[in-house]
Amino acid sequence: MDLFTEGDPIADARAPQGPIETRWDRRRFEAKLVNPANRRKLTVIVVGTGLAGGSAAATLAEQGYRVRSYCYQDSPRRAHSIAAQGGINAAKNYRNDGDSVHRLFYDTVKGGDFRSRESNVHRLAEVSVNIIDQCVAQGVPFAREYGGLLDTRSFGGAQVQRTFYARGQTGQQLLLGAYQALERQIGLGNVEMNARHEMLELIVVDGRARGIVVRDLVTGEITSEFADAVVLASGGYGNVFYLSTNAKGCNVTATWRAHRRGAYFANPCYTQIHPTCIPVSGDHQSKLTLMSESLRNDGRVWVPKAKGDDRAPKDIPEEERDYYLERIYPSFGNLVPRDIASRAAKNVCDAGRGVGPGGLGVYLDFADAIDRLGRKAIEAKYGNLFEMYERITGEDPYEVPMRIYPAVHYTMGGLWVDYDLQSTIPGLFVIGEANFSDHGANRLGASALMQGLADGYFVLPNTIANYLAAGPFERVDASHPEAVAARRDVEDRIRRLLAVDGDRTVDSFHRELGQIMWEHCGMERSEAGLRKAIDEIRALREEFWKRVRVPGDDDGLNQSLEKAGRVADFFELAELMCVDALHREESCGGHFRAEHQTPDGEAQRDDDRFAYVAAWEYTGGDEPAVLHKEDLKFEYVHPTQRSYK
Amino acid sequence: MNLTLRIWRQSGPADKGRMVTYQVDDVSPDMSFLEMLDVLNERLILSGEEPVAFDHDCREGICGMCGLMINGDAHGPQRGTTACQLHMRQFSDGDTIDIEPWRARAFPVIKDLVVNRNAFDKIIAAGGYITAPTGSAPEAHSVPVAKADADAAFSSAACIGCGACVAACPNGSGMLFTAAKVTQLSLLPQGQPERYTRVVGMVDAHDEAGFGGCTNTGECTAVCPKGIPLNTIGRLNRDYLAATAKRGGTPGS
Repeated sequence: MDLFTEGDPIADARAPQGPIETRWDRRRFEAKLVNPANRRKLTVIVVGTGLAGGSAAATLAEQGYRVRSYCYQDSPRRAHSIAAQGGINAAKNYRNDGDSVHRLFYDTVKGGDFRSRESNVHRLAEVSVNIIDQCVAQGVPFAREYGGLLDTRSFGGAQVQRTFYARGQTGQQLLLGAYQALERQIGLGNVEMNARHEMLELIVVDGRARGIVVRDLVTGEITSEFADAVVLASGGYGNVFYLSTNAKGCNVTATWRAHRRGAYFANPCYTQIHPTCIPVSGDHQSKLTLMSESLRNDGRVWVPKAKGDDRAPKDIPEEERDYYLERIYPSFGNLVPRDIASRAAKNVCDAGRGVGPGGLGVYLDFADAIDRLGRKAIEAKYGNLFEMYERITGEDPYEVPMRIYPAVHYTMGGLWVDYDLQSTIPGLFVIGEANFSDHGANRLGASALMQGLADGYFVLPNTIANYLAAGPFERVDASHPEAVAARRDVEDRIRRLLAVDGDRTVDSFHRELGQIMWEHCGMERSEAGLRKAIDEIRALREEFWKRVRVPGDDDGLNQSLEKAGRVADFFELAELMCVDALHREESCGGHFRAEHQTPDGEAQRDDDRFAYVAAWEYTGGDEPAVLHKEDLKFEYVHPTQRSYK
Repeated sequence: MNLTLRIWRQSGPADKGRMVTYQVDDVSPDMSFLEMLDVLNERLILSGEEPVAFDHDCREGICGMCGLMINGDAHGPQRGTTACQLHMRQFSDGDTIDIEPWRARAFPVIKDLVVNRNAFDKIIAAGGYITAPTGSAPEAHSVPVAKADADAAFSSAACIGCGACVAACPNGSGMLFTAAKVTQLSLLPQGQPERYTRVVGMVDAHDEAGFGGCTNTGECTAVCPKGIPLNTIGRLNRDYLAATAKRGGTPGS
């Protein structure tokens, strides 16, 4: 294929050897430490203040490092982790239902369709129990039983109840816990907080990440900031699709800029399409809203058996309904993993049995649960979600079944990191959704919060010490040639964006890019479609740089300019996503290639050829990207055809 | 539907600012309020004007970033709803809608409808937390919490920090915001050790940041998109009083 070349494989992800249960302990013991007196001589930059970035910044400051934290929002409390609804997994086994660290590890590797690194996932399962302890100590108001102990519920892809939750606002409560720990450190003077600042470039000096170029979004001032290490916790890139459940400001710029400076980007095509979102209502749609997966605990998914049946749902008798998830997957039923539920919804809609405008929807029906448990119980569990649904659609889900349709929700891909969460650039660490490490080709519900907090509270603060022990590194300032060059790149780009002065808005380009991606690099991908998408993206990108109009100037708050820079980076990422999807001639998890399916339409992996992480190296502009493979070895969970039947 | 918008335009903190009238046609009732502003901004950009700056992010009513005075109501006419979750079906064809930023001494305007709410962060930094450094936590089930307390703590913790309470208050007070956090943490056993230093620290930071005092008007709770109840302020006052009484006493009393 002309679109990429293959480079050397990645020989070593630096995971410790030995029995998997002992690896994390061994790494922590073998790692170098920094003595407390030396920690205050070391500075760490943390970009992003979500669950990963907020918890990492707070924890590093507690340990005594000097931390400088950045976010584009007006306050660190607004990061998009706040919108996570359903819950957080942890192997506490409080239910006595057979859960264990090993089972959470097993479920996560299987749920990821055998495309994640065993060592990392096992560590994640191990520290999951500490996260719950930590959050309870911070005053996170988890749901509780009458006896005062913590309540849990089920989530997709698991047969145990290991998901802790705070009504439908678990992400909010966990984030506020991390935010409050962070604010405490800000108050103590240990963290310098820079809200309304956006990272626009990474500064690499002598092969080490030493700083970032940021723009103050209020004054427009561009400065270079330096540290002994840089941590990116800047989230995922789902907004490349324009319509997604991400916040409007979520973007790929921080990680993409780091990629351009040498950090490999891993598995960019692994995108999670969440099965339960409110369907699109018109061309004006600016974002999509998730209805938590937890609803599938009690809601039953169905469509009419007959094509084009446009009767009101209550007029369709039981025997003329197809509860297709329960029918096809009797053992997991409505709680199959997200990739499977999404594709099943797409299939019934493609077959002309979808409901609502354009036939792009399926019912999520609570009538049975309301009969069984009473309206009050349903209200207590899901009240806020039901209200939100009604506000958006104008329909009352207690009376009429919800209409849902899949939407882009999470990206499993991200910057490649080793076991220590360090990228291919020494001193650049990547945590949370911004890295690729734990979810393979499909993330299980309630595992994003777990991973973000695992990375930020427990993993990074241990592994980064091993790197920082070699510091403090030689002082660098804004006059260093690398810093000057990085800053000049940022300024040039801004000048170019403002200078085009064309006749199309940034949003119009973003929307069109999103349509290309949804059509060809969404729930189902094919060689022909991906090739077409690459051509279309290139043409649109060229047009963007000729016709975009960015009003205003660069010396103050300019939201159009912010968006333009982000969309420009999405164009480059989009092409790499398609190349990655094209090269992976198999189906796995969220990556479904039409050419590779089992006779009954399930994802067909090809472990002989593709049991590896695809880590892409940037080669500059028009040169094809270089593929580096990290082979995945499965010593504990034997890859099988994933079955939830 | 067709609407007339009167929007506060202010190029920066030094500008005096003014209301400017815009016409927006073909608005769908299914649009959110912010999507309606998106439509206006697209048009302004193409006609060579500066789009209206406004804060927003999640557009799901949870991040707390959006905040608009809509016809004089913080977050608009629908109760329990942020501006981003407000939909145009709440309005009628031919309506004139006034859109202004939060107005409060503690929230200076940055540009158009965007204000600086950093004062809220300062209140939290002054005590709105439980000191529990990472790694020091006991096993989660070692301290049971009565369900009623946990549920009440959750209700206060639902605050999104949007600032509507401040914008609606005739005194520009941030007391509902402060009281929500004080209440959440003082209801939990984990929050007891810092209970009284917390409330004093947070109230001091509140006053320093330029928020006004609370006179029990109750506008705050009426506009709160998360329904934080007014009695949280009563709780705060009680703790504050107890803390003040303890101040002269011996440590730990």
